[in-house]
Amino acid sequence: MLQDHAKIVQFVSLAGEVTGRKKLQKMIFIAKKMDFAFQEKYNFHIYGPYSEELTVRMEELCNLGFMTERKEDKGSYVQYCYAPTEKGREFATIVEPQNTRLSEIVQQMNGKSSRFLELVATLLYFDDLQPEEQIEKVNVVKAKLHFTTEEFEAAFQFIQQLQS
Amino acid sequence: MAYATQKLAEEKVFKDPVHRYIHVQDQVIWDLIATKEFQRLRRIRQLGTTYLVFHGAEHSRFSHSLGVYEIVRRMVDDVFANRPEWNKRERLVALCAGLLHDLGHGPFSHAFEHVFDLDHEYFTRVIILGNTEVNEVLRRVSKDFPKKVSEVIEKTYHNKQVVSLISSQIDADRMDYLQRDAYFTGVSYGHFDMERILRVMRPQPDQIVIKSTGMHAIEDYIMSRYQMYWQVYFHPVSRSAEVILRKTLERAKELYHAGYTFKHDIAHFHSFFENDVQLDAYIAMDESIILAYFQFWMSEEDAILSDLSQRFLNRKLFKFVEVDPSKDWEKLIRLEKLFDQAGIDPNYYLVMDSSSDLPYDFYRPGEEGERLPIYLQMPNKELSELSRSSDIVDAISGKRRTDHKLYYPKDLLHEEHPLHEQIIEIMHA
Repeated sequence: MLQDHAKIVQFVSLAGEVTGRKKLQKMIFIAKKMDFAFQEKYNFHIYGPYSEELTVRMEELCNLGFMTERKEDKGSYVQYCYAPTEKGREFATIVEPQNTRLSEIVQQMNGKSSRFLELVATLLYFDDLQPEEQIEKVNVVKAKLHFTTEEFEAAFQFIQQLQS
Repeated sequence: MAYATQKLAEEKVFKDPVHRYIHVQDQVIWDLIATKEFQRLRRIRQLGTTYLVFHGAEHSRFSHSLGVYEIVRRMVDDVFANRPEWNKRERLVALCAGLLHDLGHGPFSHAFEHVFDLDHEYFTRVIILGNTEVNEVLRRVSKDFPKKVSEVIEKTYHNKQVVSLISSQIDADRMDYLQRDAYFTGVSYGHFDMERILRVMRPQPDQIVIKSTGMHAIEDYIMSRYQMYWQVYFHPVSRSAEVILRKTLERAKELYHAGYTFKHDIAHFHSFFENDVQLDAYIAMDESIILAYFQFWMSEEDAILSDLSQRFLNRKLFKFVEVDPSKDWEKLIRLEKLFDQAGIDPNYYLVMDSSSDLPYDFYRPGEEGERLPIYLQMPNKELSELSRSSDIVDAISGKRRTDHKLYYPKDLLHEEHPLHEQIIEIMHA
């Protein structure tokens, strides 16, 4: 019971803190793409892969006191930061501890910007396509973000690094 | 005349309880409705197990899909037709995407997808792009037309306006299902002034926004979403039926992998149990098939499969207690052990159901880049996120309400049972 909730708490614990809902969304999606068993279902939304299930689960975890949510006013918008509470860490022990690979991946992802993770997640969403087609697709669905060639290269390199 | 622009000799109409009439003028739409993949939607209920609570809720994804098509048709033919921001060449792709957006739903959508780890959006794309009657019709428009329709539904189409019509915070899909579900369940929530909303929708290059004078109509729509979720979609008894449905399918799958010999051949389920679902098997699966199997399974030797099947068919549902996992999770672990000791398999008879198990997108402004919110177009043409202007929406969207229930078969915990007292004490502590 509540294994999927516990896995999310465990994931955020590995990061220490995750700044931004969008970032957390993309991190879990990328972890799923790396074959880690998260059950949250993703669909493509205007800003890339998005899971309503994860959004509601995070709300539940905050309501239960297993996770804290801190609001940061960024002027034109608000950003949310998540960290597990002590009670949350204790609750997370109901599932097996994650292996070190996930911990490494979480650290690597958490060090990146949400814009970069959005690019990585979107490329992974189209991973059934050839790299040139993936780039073309990202440029269509995210035309406004104007990703540069360097960013695409860095994203592909990052994916390779995660997969190795 | 090109097939894409070919009109029927005379307009056809479907009588509809929600929109009064569904109007069809395009040959393409008429042909799509006649395909076997679209007709299959008649055998898939729109609200899954809800008919076990609201007996009127027998309406199908077929009628909902027609309803979405009709709303999109009114948008593109009546509301947007003369607006320079709208590209008329997108009309047909928008209509087809509206009509076909739910094509890949399986029987009892959420429970079925959960057990077999399937995604209806994926199967919608596979049906549109695969060797199907739907694909054949779409290809007659143009070779790349199936791909375009599929991209709109997948939300990766280059024109975000078109995507927004079918899938956004205020789209034809939601506007139809809220009204249709309210009508068939008989509840008084779910009603809002759709005509007004359609009139105040304004196409923008990348999205659809709402003229600020329409804010109160939008407030009503947001309230409807909120109330329908808690009163209908997440009704605790309907959730109980869904829990049993899910557990029945899980039991059958477990027995299959354990080498159990079923009395009746399970041909329709083979590929689902093997996690290798091909298009033909998927299309062949609908609610009439599931219910027929449940009839067979009632007489199976396996006591759990037989019991769960008859519970579902005869509506002998699980009872529930509210739980607060932050306080009770250690008790829950004890309860699982007690159920085990009592000979009642907790994997099938003690089930936690949380609001995140049926996520329904309440309106939330969210953070930048999370989800596209609803924008009001103010008199000076600037855009303002809805909750910044509406106190009502601000009040609803700022408040989180979550829910956890523990489902169990009260009838199996009869008073003479040696562990009855202990279990009940923990449950109601």
